[in-house]
Amino acid sequence: MLTFILRRLGVMALTMLCLTLVVFYMVNLEPNLTKLALSQMDMRATRADQEAWLERNGYREPFLIRYGQWIGVVKKQPIINPETGQATARFSFCADPAEPKYSGILQGDFGCSTKFKVPVGNKLFPALGATGILMLWVMVVMVPVSLLIGVLAGMREGTRTDRSLSVTAIATTATPEYVSGVIFTVIFASWLGWLNGSAATATREGPSFYNFTLPVMTMAIYGIGYIARMTRASMVEVMTQQYIRTARLKGLSFPAVVIKHALRNALIAPFTVIMLQFPWLLTGVVIVEVMFRYQGFGYTLVEAAGNNDIDLLLGCSLVSVFVVLVTQLVSDIGYALLNPRIRVK
Amino acid sequence: MGIEQVGTLGIILGVISQFWPVWLALAIVLVLSVMFKRRLGLYGQLFDSGVGIAGVMICLFWLFTAIFADTVAPFAPLQQFPLLKDAMPGSIEPGSGKIFLFGGDKLARDVFSRMVHGSRIVLVIAPAATLFALMVGTTLGLPAGYYGGRIDTVLSFLANLVLAFPVILLFYLLVTPGIMDTAIPYWMAGIFFIFPIIFFCTLFYTRFRRRPQLLAVQLALTILIGGWIYAGLVFNADPLGIISIRPNELNIFVAVVFASSPGVFRIVRGLVMDIKTRDYVAAAQTRGENPWYIMLWEILPNARGPLIVDVCLRIGYTTILLGTLGYFGLGLAPESPDWGTGIKESSRLLRLYIHPALPPVLALMSFVLGLNLLADALREQSLKD
Repeated sequence: MLTFILRRLGVMALTMLCLTLVVFYMVNLEPNLTKLALSQMDMRATRADQEAWLERNGYREPFLIRYGQWIGVVKKQPIINPETGQATARFSFCADPAEPKYSGILQGDFGCSTKFKVPVGNKLFPALGATGILMLWVMVVMVPVSLLIGVLAGMREGTRTDRSLSVTAIATTATPEYVSGVIFTVIFASWLGWLNGSAATATREGPSFYNFTLPVMTMAIYGIGYIARMTRASMVEVMTQQYIRTARLKGLSFPAVVIKHALRNALIAPFTVIMLQFPWLLTGVVIVEVMFRYQGFGYTLVEAAGNNDIDLLLGCSLVSVFVVLVTQLVSDIGYALLNPRIRVK
Repeated sequence: MGIEQVGTLGIILGVISQFWPVWLALAIVLVLSVMFKRRLGLYGQLFDSGVGIAGVMICLFWLFTAIFADTVAPFAPLQQFPLLKDAMPGSIEPGSGKIFLFGGDKLARDVFSRMVHGSRIVLVIAPAATLFALMVGTTLGLPAGYYGGRIDTVLSFLANLVLAFPVILLFYLLVTPGIMDTAIPYWMAGIFFIFPIIFFCTLFYTRFRRRPQLLAVQLALTILIGGWIYAGLVFNADPLGIISIRPNELNIFVAVVFASSPGVFRIVRGLVMDIKTRDYVAAAQTRGENPWYIMLWEILPNARGPLIVDVCLRIGYTTILLGTLGYFGLGLAPESPDWGTGIKESSRLLRLYIHPALPPVLALMSFVLGLNLLADALREQSLKD
């Protein structure tokens, strides 16, 4: 088991290295650098001025050296102002090293956000916290509802309850967040006026039922169908097993059989599915936060990508790739722990 | 000057009558399908269940809408009528006397016509991108599952790499205006679009290796047609000028194929690993068949059931991805009538006007629902056998 986890961690580190290298390459493409230089300078800056700015601030260093500096395995060099001979920061709003030193991701330095004009860490981690609250409520709604639908549908295969619940589950998987968000806003905010169509107040005043229900509902609905269908399939399979028939034959009532015998075994498969939902939820977070103007991780990612904020975008990708890989690992380990028949090699 | 309106009943009747070519085509297909149900194999069996009929009909409805878009839509998608800015549903356009069935949007265009024309973009890009992803995923998934070992490790690692990327981040990196100045989309298109040619060449070569005359004709045709499409798509240099694609369209096309091929790869790989333990594969191996013959002519046909289901689901998923791109304003032109862009435009003004938002939303939802129902019915049928 331990070697399995260690091997997986090794593969994970390799994956992150490859992915960040790709992202680093993409955000440092020539058009992106030009845009950055333009945004930091006067709009009328000439091509030569831009080039000089990029040159002075170290954007023209060899690619791998800059990548190493970002990670923190190559020393960052101070930027010396040629007129005064002093070390100056690239951006007025965050510090750059005054002498050569290791200062990258490994040392906890994520760089500077050119869009929000703060160090990346100051922006990224509060945003992650805000998204964490949203995710928590989504999970609280999504997991019980989808498991309930799945168990109810799979309990008695082929009945009318099963059919109608299955079609409902299919319908929710056909409704991406930007579709259900619009429909819910129209119904609950525009027509009925019960809920707030924007979660902007949640950022300042904290979440409340009035401003947080719509985003949570919108995000949960897309995942519900998928988890419910997996639960149903797993439940249907369990209900055909011999031990269920034995339990029935020895005179246990149907609810007792379902709760005591079937449920535990039927919930192993959905556990994996729920964990693997995180990558999808990440996309959902972006859509929902933009749609309802909630200032979390997704909103930050879109702002970073839209404004070509290189360091912030790198930070965002690092976090999201990390989340995806960790959930994959946890789902594998959890599956092995839950199901004693699986022996990890 | 007031604008005349028609009531709710008028709108409903108007919508139904505008779709007349679609109803006609649907009726013909339905009658023919039910008449020859027994002879149509898997497709005919779909008409045994309510879910199947609903799925087929919804998908065909949007297919015919896309085909007859010019007849169904009363106005052009970009035509503006300043008088009818944000007009309510049922407003009559004074010039032509035709009705704005679902009202006008903030740029005074007919919402109904835009929805109908949007189906064209969605129904071309989504299935085409899915087919390319299927080709790429199959061509790589077959050897990975069949040989296993190092080739499997490398390919699976690459697939997991792409899958670990959140889709939205991938799109923000791959589909930006800046990237169209670089060669990256063309490189990726060049790599992805070569797969169908490789696939079909191998397919014909392994089967007809011993009949050189037939093989020569088939290979020549594949390379000719494939090369023609390839030149048109990648280099935008179709000698006949029929196939052309705008750089931004190529960009989103490539991004969507890139995002969905690893999923196909994983499914094909899993299926191959399962099927290669069967007796008929062992028999073919004993006969001394070429490994690629076994993969393409013994294993692949037997994996078709789950693959067809997956393609249906995946077209729906691709439609959702396309909508996401439109919603974030990536790739597609801002005035493009596709559904995602329509949702983006109208959802910002939802507090003022709701009518421009609902048609594209319901269109996208119903199309994906139709595909999912179809996939579900197909799965039921294939489980029955």
